[in-house]
Parts: sequence; C-alpha cells; structure tokens
Amino acid sequence: MYASPEEIPLNSSCRSREKIEGTNSLREMGLKGKLNLRGDSGNLAFVAGVKAVLGLEPPVRANTYHEYQSHRLFWLGPDEWLLHCDLDAAGPLRESLARSLSGTHHAVTEVSDYYTVLRLRGPDAAAILRRGCPLDLYHEVFPAGNIAQTRFGHASVLLHYHGDGETWDIQVRWSYAEYVWDYLASAMRAL
Amino acid sequence: MLLIDCPWCGPRDQTEFHPHGEAHIVRPGDPDSLSQEEWGDYVFFRTNPKGIHYERWVHAHGCRRWFNVMRDTVTDHIHATYKPGEPKPALPSTRPDDEKPGS
Amino acid sequence: MTQIHRLPRGGRINRDTPLQFRYDNREYQGYEGDTLASALLANGVHLVGRSFKYHRPRGIYSAGSEEPNALVQLESGAHTEPNRRATEVELYDGLCAASQNCWPSVKFDLGAVSSGVSRLLPAGFYYKTFMWPASFWMTYEKFIRKAAGLGRSPEEIDPDHYDKLHAHCDVLVVGAGPAGLQAALSAGRSGARVILADEKPEFGGSLLSDPAVLGGRPAAEWVDAVVAELGDLPEVTLLTRTTVTGYYDYNFLVANERVSEHLGPRNRGGQPKERLWKIRARQVVLATGAIERPLVFADNDRPGIMLAGALRTYINRFAVLPGRRVGVLTNNDSAYLAALEAADAGADVEVIDVRKDPDGALVAKARDAGIGIRQDSTVAGVRYRGGRIRAAAVMKLSDSGSDVRGRRDTVHCDLLAVSGGWNPTVHLFSQGKGKLRYLEDQHCFVPGARSANNPGHEAGACKAAWTLPACLARGAEAGAAAARDAGFGGVVAADSPAVDEVPEGGMRPLWILPTDHPVGRGPGKHFHELHNDSTVADIALAAREGFVSVEHLKRYTTTGMGTDQGKTSNLNALSVMADIRGLPVPEVGVTTFRPPFTPLTFGAIVGHDRRELFLQKRKTPMHPWHETNGAMFEDVGDWKRPYYFPLPGESMHDAVQRECRAARTAVGMLDASTLGKIDIRGKDALRLLNMVYTNAWDTLRPGRCRYGLMLNEHGMVFDDGVTTCLGEHHYHMTTTTGGAARVMNWLEEWLQTEWPSWEVYCTSVTEQWAVATLTGPGARDLLSSLCDRPLDDDAFPFMSMQAFPVAGIPARVFRISFTGDIAFEINVRARHGLALWETLIDAGKKHALCPYGTETMHVLRAEKGFIIAGQDTDGTVTPMDLGMDWIVSKKKGDFLGRRSHARTDTAREGRKQLVGLLTEDPVFVLPEGTHVVEPLRDSPPMNMLGHVTSSYMSPNVGRSIAMALIKDGFNRKGETLSVSLMDGGSHRVTVTDPVFLS
Repeated sequence: MYASPEEIPLNSSCRSREKIEGTNSLREMGLKGKLNLRGDSGNLAFVAGVKAVLGLEPPVRANTYHEYQSHRLFWLGPDEWLLHCDLDAAGPLRESLARSLSGTHHAVTEVSDYYTVLRLRGPDAAAILRRGCPLDLYHEVFPAGNIAQTRFGHASVLLHYHGDGETWDIQVRWSYAEYVWDYLASAMRAL
Repeated sequence: MLLIDCPWCGPRDQTEFHPHGEAHIVRPGDPDSLSQEEWGDYVFFRTNPKGIHYERWVHAHGCRRWFNVMRDTVTDHIHATYKPGEPKPALPSTRPDDEKPGS
Repeated sequence: MTQIHRLPRGGRINRDTPLQFRYDNREYQGYEGDTLASALLANGVHLVGRSFKYHRPRGIYSAGSEEPNALVQLESGAHTEPNRRATEVELYDGLCAASQNCWPSVKFDLGAVSSGVSRLLPAGFYYKTFMWPASFWMTYEKFIRKAAGLGRSPEEIDPDHYDKLHAHCDVLVVGAGPAGLQAALSAGRSGARVILADEKPEFGGSLLSDPAVLGGRPAAEWVDAVVAELGDLPEVTLLTRTTVTGYYDYNFLVANERVSEHLGPRNRGGQPKERLWKIRARQVVLATGAIERPLVFADNDRPGIMLAGALRTYINRFAVLPGRRVGVLTNNDSAYLAALEAADAGADVEVIDVRKDPDGALVAKARDAGIGIRQDSTVAGVRYRGGRIRAAAVMKLSDSGSDVRGRRDTVHCDLLAVSGGWNPTVHLFSQGKGKLRYLEDQHCFVPGARSANNPGHEAGACKAAWTLPACLARGAEAGAAAARDAGFGGVVAADSPAVDEVPEGGMRPLWILPTDHPVGRGPGKHFHELHNDSTVADIALAAREGFVSVEHLKRYTTTGMGTDQGKTSNLNALSVMADIRGLPVPEVGVTTFRPPFTPLTFGAIVGHDRRELFLQKRKTPMHPWHETNGAMFEDVGDWKRPYYFPLPGESMHDAVQRECRAARTAVGMLDASTLGKIDIRGKDALRLLNMVYTNAWDTLRPGRCRYGLMLNEHGMVFDDGVTTCLGEHHYHMTTTTGGAARVMNWLEEWLQTEWPSWEVYCTSVTEQWAVATLTGPGARDLLSSLCDRPLDDDAFPFMSMQAFPVAGIPARVFRISFTGDIAFEINVRARHGLALWETLIDAGKKHALCPYGTETMHVLRAEKGFIIAGQDTDGTVTPMDLGMDWIVSKKKGDFLGRRSHARTDTAREGRKQLVGLLTEDPVFVLPEGTHVVEPLRDSPPMNMLGHVTSSYMSPNVGRSIAMALIKDGFNRKGETLSVSLMDGGSHRVTVTDPVFLS
C-alpha cells in the first residue's frame, strides 16, 4: 500500500514535522481533500447544484469562505472556488458535483495534492507573516472569517485567519512548500 | 510602489500584480482581410503615451484575473481600474500632478 | 590623558559606563551614549580622514547624517563596513574603526600629492582626460579606482542576519523632534495606527541639543513625558534608530532600523543587525527638520571647522567642548546660541559676523556675555597645523560683500563654528514627487504641492518653521490633520507647552565669502561640497563651459553625488551658480532628490532573501531520493531538476554518456513532474485548442494524445507539448517546464479578455501529478512487471493514455515519447510520487534501470532532432523555420499567429532555419552559441550565418552532434561551413538534417 497521506512535501523531505521558536510554532497539516470548482455564480442552476452536494453556496464576496460540516469553500475568483473536504471525500464529491452540475457549464478538478497547508500559530503569527506578505493583516482590516490570496516571499499563498489572534493557515503549491517553510522559519528567528 | 485596486480583491501592493501591456487592443475578427500594415499595427504598434495610458494588468498572486488600469505615465497616478469588457473611463479634466518627469 | 575635551557635567551620556574603543590603532575611551564622533572629539581627535579627490585632511564637520567628511571603515574582517559616518555610529565597548582613503596613514598620505597638483584636476577632469581611446578606459579605471574611491568593501560573507517586513499605518510620522512628537501625539490620541520613526537612538530631535525650557521643565523631561504617553497608546509604534530612507508612490516608504548595530558585532544577542520596514501609510507627516548650511570661504574644509549647530549638539548632548578658543563665523543669529553655550562651557569665544549691523536679541545677549563680535567681517583663510586649525584670518567686507578690504587680522582659534542659515530637510518630500518652492526671504526651498499619490502633511523646520513654539504648534496641527484625513473624526491638536523664545534677526545671504585673492586663483580653496571635493572654481568652470543646467552642473562637478547626497552642499551650489549667472536661485532649478536618504547596507535590502531563500525554489515529490542519491541539480525555471546522477568518481561527461547509453539499450527513468499540466474542460475546449495550437484537434478521440506547437501572434514558436483527450470536452495539456506559467497565463488572458463567452475553464494541475518517465527497449517489460495488463502496441498504442494502477498506485500512463524510443510517462498523485519512484528503482534493478537527468534528456531528444522550445527557438523562429510545416494546418481556419506567417518577413526566402551540424573532428563538441560564419576570416567582422543552439557528445551516434539556426539552412545541407570560436580558433562543420539517429 503506497497511498500514505502522510507523504506530503515537508514530511517526505525528512524535516521535523513541527518547528517551535519561542511561543510560536509552525507545522504542516495532514493532507486534505481539495477540489477546484469553476462556474457562474449568477447561474441559479450552478448555485443550486453546488448547494445540493456540498450543503453550501459558493461565496460571491471576494476573500471569504463558506463552511458546512467538513466542507469549506474558499473564494478564489469571481468564477472560481476551492473546496477543502476530507481526503477520502474528494473523489466521491467530484463525481457528485459532476452529476449535479451536468448540463451546466462548470469544471470540477481534483487538486488535493496540488497544495499543502502550513499552520502558523502563536502570539506573533501575524508579525511573522508580515516578513513576507505585503497585505495588511491588522485585525480590523483582516477580520476572522476572511481569507486572502497574496504572496509570501516569492510564492503565491492563500492565507486563512482563524480569528483567534494566533492561528493562520498558509496554503501553498506543493512545490513551493519547502521554500515557504524555510522563509517562515527565518522570519520566526528574526522577531 | 503602486497600490492597485483590483476590481475583485480591492487595493493590493503592486508586487502582487504583473503588467501585460496596452489594453483595448482587440484581435481582428478576420485577420486575412487585413493588409500587411493593418496586421502590423495590431501585432507591433503601441501608443506609448506620455500621460494617460490604458493598460492591462493581472492580479498574479491573487485572484489571477485580468483587468484594466488607467494610469498617468508621467505622475504614476492611477485614475481608475476596471474589468475587461467595461468601457474606458473618461479622461480627467485636469491632471492632478503635472510636474516634469525624470528631472 | 583621556577625554580632555569632555565637560565635567551635563550631556546625555552615561558617565558610569565608560567604553573602550580603537580608532586608527589607538585606544580611546568614551561613554555610553556617545557617537564615535563625539568620543573622538572628547579625546581631541579632529582629523579623521582624507578627502575623496585631493586627499586633503578632513575633520568632523557635523553631528548627524549630513556628515560629509567623517567617513570611517567600521570594524574589520567579515563585519567590516565602509563609509560609515562617525557622527551616526553609536559607541560600544570594543568598537574598532579606521580612517579611509589614505595610505599609509591619515596624517601622512601619499595621495595628498594630488592636492599639490590640484590645478590639473579640475571638474570634469576624468571625463576630459580619459575619453580616448575608449579601449584604454579599463587601464585608466584601475588607476582611478586606486587613487580615488572611499572605503573597502567587505570580502567575506556577512555573518549577521537581517530582517525585513511590511507595515501598514494610518499616519507615519517621520522625525521625532518637537514637531514630530506633537504630530504623533495628536494623531495617536485619536486612536489612529501611528508609526513614529527617528534616525537617532532617542526621540527628541533638536530638543536633545537644546537647553530650552518647555512648559516650565527642561526639554528632555517634556520629551520623556510625551514618549511615555505615546508608549502607552496601543496603536502607536515607536521606532528609534530608524531612518526613513525612501519615499515612493502611494505613500510607500522604506525605513531602516538599526536593531543591534549599537551593541557591536559580538553582542547582538541573536538579534538581526538591521531591519528594513516597508511601510504603506494612509497619511505621512514629514517632520524631518532642517540641516545647517555651511559658509563657503577660503580653506573652509580644514579639520577644526564644523557647523555651529553641531557644536551645540556636542556641548549639550554629549558634554564635549571640541575647542578651547572658539571662533564663530555666521550670517545669521542662530550661531549665537552656539557662541553663548560655548562661552558658558568655558571657551574663549569670538564671533565673526558677515552682517553689517547685526542687532537681534541673541546678538545683544552675546555682547552682554562679553563675547567679542567682529561684524561686517569674514574669514579670509585659516592656519592649519597638526591635525586642526590654529587661527583664522579675519578681514572686513566691502560694501557689496563680494570683496574684502583692509588688512588681515588674526583670530586665534582651535575651533571654527560656521553657520550659513538652515535648509529644510526636503529630501523625502522631493522623493515623493512633491514640488519644492523657493522662499525668497528665507533663502531656502520648502515643500510645496504634494503629489496626488502621496497624501500627508509637513511640519516644523522642514517647512521653515524656525522657532520652537511654531514647530510645536505646527506639528500638533499636522498630526491632527493627518489623522482626520485618514478617517478619524473628532481629532484635536495636542496643546503646545509654553516656551520662551528669543526672536531671531535676519540673515545676510552671501554665498561666496571673498578672500584677498580672486576665488579659485589664490592658495585657498572654496569648497561648496566637501564630500566630493568640489569647489566654487569648479562651478565657475562648469558655467564657462556651458554646463549651466542644474542637471549638468551636478554631473560635471559631482556636487551632491556622494554618499551624503549633498545634504550640506546642494543649496550652496545652486546659489553660487545663480550668483555667477545673475539669476534668482529658483531659475537655476533644483535636482530631484533620490532614495536612499542615507546609504543602506545590502544586508538590510536583502533581508531574508539570501542564500537558499534568495530565489524561490520548487521541488518535486521525488526530490528526497534525488538528493540522497547524489544527483547534481540544474535550475529550470524555479525548479531544482536532477541534471545528472554521477556514480562515485564519475565526471559529468562520464555520467551523461553512461545515462545516454543505458536509456537506449536498457531502461532510463526521468523525473518529469515539473512539466506544466493544465486541465481544460468545457464545450469550447476544442475551439480553444484549435486556436492556440497550429494543428487541428477535431479528430482527437478520448484516450488519445497529440503533439502541438504554440505560437504567439507574431507567428513565432513559444511553447510545445502533448495534449490528451480525457473525455468529452475534457483535455489534459502539458507544457514545457519553464513555460508552464506562461502558457497558463496565455490561455487565461485570451479567455478572460478576448473570448469571455467561450465555455471553457482551465485549471493548473502541475503539482497534482508526479511523473516518472520510463524510456528504452526495457521500458515495457519493467512496467509490465508492475501492472497486470497488456502493454503491446495493439493494447496500448503509441500516443495514447490509459488509467490503471502501477504497483498498486492509481496512475494515468501516457505512451508518448521525448526520446524517440518506446516510453511511458507514469502520472500519479503527488503524494505517491516518491513511493512510485522508489518502487520503480527497486523493480528496475532486474532491467538495468538507470535514472537520468536533464542533460541526458537533452542529448536523447537531440539525437532524434526533437526541439526544445526556448533553446532551439528564441522568439524569432516559425514552425517553418524548424522544418515543421507538417504541424501547421492549412485547412482548419484561424489560429493565433497564423496571419503573421503571411507577413513579408516571415514568408521570405533565406530565413534562419534549423539544421544539424557535424564537426570535422567527431570528438569536438561545439560550444552552444558559437557563430557559424562564411567565409572565415582572420579576424572579425565576418559574415555571420547563424549560431549553434544545441550541442552534445552523443554516445549513441558515436560522435558529437549539434543543431543550429542558419540562414537558408535547408538549402545548405551538405555544405561545409566554418564556426568561429571564442578563443580565436575555428572549426569546419557540415550542414545536415537534424535527425542524427533514425
């Protein structure tokens, strides 16, 4: 059996699973199921078809997400979303969505392995992110429930703030994971 | 360092974007009907104005959408950003800043 | 005897913490709170360097970042830093510094010989002398670099680390003097996010050098109270030791915080040395203060001459009285404060005032204190000996002030403090595209209209508020206005403390102080620019030669082009030029100030982006295996790809030859995960493929693959790859590794901007799939051993795709080939990539499997004449130029780039075309890029026919092979041509078909 979901980039490159620097920590999350969803949010059939399968509608407000049970649907663009779900659910959900949306212009593509998610946690998490991210992460500007696609160093990332003052998820394309990890580690040392 | 108002994501740092040249250059519907000069104009020639320039940018590190920017090449002032397919915004009546460039 | 010039009381130094330091190999002592400059002056050291061009001895001239003279080499070895201003370097225990630009020593400098021949080194000397012949410039440059130049660059890797971050605020206040503190207080109290930055280690600005009383208490106490209140405001960030160095569009400012430099290289405690702040502010309040102007008189550059305001700083802030007998040369009242404070500290003081009848309150106060005042007089020269001045020659001025009269009087002084008035520090304002305005009555430039991109306010001395009450009030108003403009309602300006202020009289604007020789003729030199050794005579020469534009003047005389950016010299230069041309100053113009305000270290600019973080790197899921197994890596795009896998003792050549043979005779395996992959879906997917590829796609059935070329609208090849039909309206496109992002953007840009109604979506899936490619005669057997299905040509034909488990891992297997041999590209989810690879390695042992890298991949494809887009093409190559007419559909209708093939230039005969080249000597491998010429001559120029695009030693062909783009190449097959080699040699080559192995 070779289908070990633990073999995600940083783990497979023999790094420690967690980095702790003072009161801040960084670790790579276990692999989630992920589907890229494209469609027209102005098309009622599309919205209904998505809701029928996922239990939620695609968010139309930029930089937000909708959540229902283990499904979390992130806004990526005016006609593009990213679903996070249980790893095993990605395949079945892809098929259900394809059925539910047949006849409606759409695309569902599995991208579970395309990204990995790093979790930065600690009182200085936002300060660490400021080392590589040009966005204003101030709590009034970037409240709980907001996400943002931006850059960290030279890599594109999706930031998800948990709203607790200390937890940020950083989703990055698999190939850039080590670069982002090393950059975050350098930023953690610089506080 | 520009602050560019992505029509979808809002104001973001210039480093999240890439410029893609002049906007509002429409691909000819029937290229074969164009003369050499007309096709050459489409492929090679750009206005390169000193002043208001309508240009295409992409929010490369964000939503990856293309959009248009109305920018003054002298002052670097961005007068407007707008989605593809939307008409060019009107010219401002007075330039807010008319100093000489590169002095 | 130590610190002989230290005053017994006062100053903001900590006398309980003495610090030892070394300067030019001598031990000295200073105190915590000193700068290197104040500690040197406390020890009686004035002479600290030699000037840039004439190697004249120079002393400490100022007490801040405007310092033009006192540039030192700080520390040694890996920690060394050149051109540090002694006036900015905070003293720490064990500090080690040396003077620069002198050899063998600052006191006896051989370069000073150029001082004696200075008439031979006028402005523009280098331009004029070293112009011809151009090829000699290299020789001249070495000589010039040795003779001139400043400090030495570090040659070792910097052991320090640096930080860099982004910050956002409502109001950024630059400068924490009285105006800046009041601004920060007003804005901060409104709840706005405020950043207050100041270059000094303490807030207070001029108040730290001023015995003024604010609201009934000493200035320092008032500062402490304000700083304490600011510190309690949660949204206020206080940054000391932080220089705002650049002001860019949309209120983006760069500030450099010297985090731990003042602790010394051995005591940083793990902290970064510096931290670069990239600040985006809604509003910017500039409270940058003012810089004192020198007076330009004969030999005004001698050690022992300093700005009057600097003298006040050394007395009040550092408790250093740098001279016993102090002359004060001034054209305004402000220097009288220095005179009074120096006298109070125990010096004998004499004032030389160029004004005819100075009558301000401060002048009266000086008279009352018994200070001698020589009015309507100037310094016509100084006596210099033993590292500092000894006396000044004082003469009466003529009525116009342009000449002297009477006889020379000697004023004995070991320190001469000068003041030519004050210039608002407008550098940042000007960098931020603000327009400067000249105030005729104040003889200075002040901020005028701001750029619409950069909203904010200015306050205090940087806007010519010259009194303390004005600075306090204007600062408070500016801070309140900025908070209001940033969206905070109900803001009120902070109250200003009561201050007794003595009103100042006017100034006499004399830009060149005369001596008893015409300026530029006598023995004395009038320096308007100390840093770059530029004199009034140089400006006159520039004017005579027609370099009257301020931009020409700057470059011709190098005024303002030193590391101090002409902070003390610019206005004097403009004023002198205005005098010479008989124009008002604003008509001479002003150059644009450019970042950085003060120099930045490369470390600060680079921050975290160094070493392995310098560039983003991308790794495939198989990377750990490659690393463990000794792969050498090549950068392809951002990817780290295995270049070759050397066995112990193998050279690159050996490894590649072995890998090439194995791939053709047994099985080779390549990590192809980096190929760009795009999932394309929708009713109009086929329409899109037909538009972006040159060939027709209508007949491609599910499960089948096709190769395609992509052109830009110029008709030139920019990428290629194989696209597979996965099902109805569903395709899997692959691109080159380096072209993946470009192709994805290409598709998206067309779809989003030109064809928004097309029903097709493109999704990048590059990282979703890890890819191992098996190639060679044993590939089928190896794959067979890991799956249970027939793989023969009938069951699994060439150019098709099937999905089935490989070693139990769900896979998409593509039977396509980039080697010309039978090959399988096995795609699995990235999470299984490493497991797949390791399984194949294990299973491959029985099949003599050999992993290979990108170099072998290149050789194998070149043997078959397959192109690499971006290597054999360079944006000027059409499919026809590549001999690939077969892939350009004549029937399917329009596609991107097609129309350009009918352009005269694209359709003409004789274009450069891709051909093979065989060298006369079969073991000689042509360097890629080598020019193909005909006829061969002894030396250039030669008629260039084209160049070599790919070249390798092929073990399978048994000789070297090359591809080249050659003019009219298709018609030249069989011809013998020459290549001209870099080393001057040449070689004969035969033009062939580019397929070397059939």
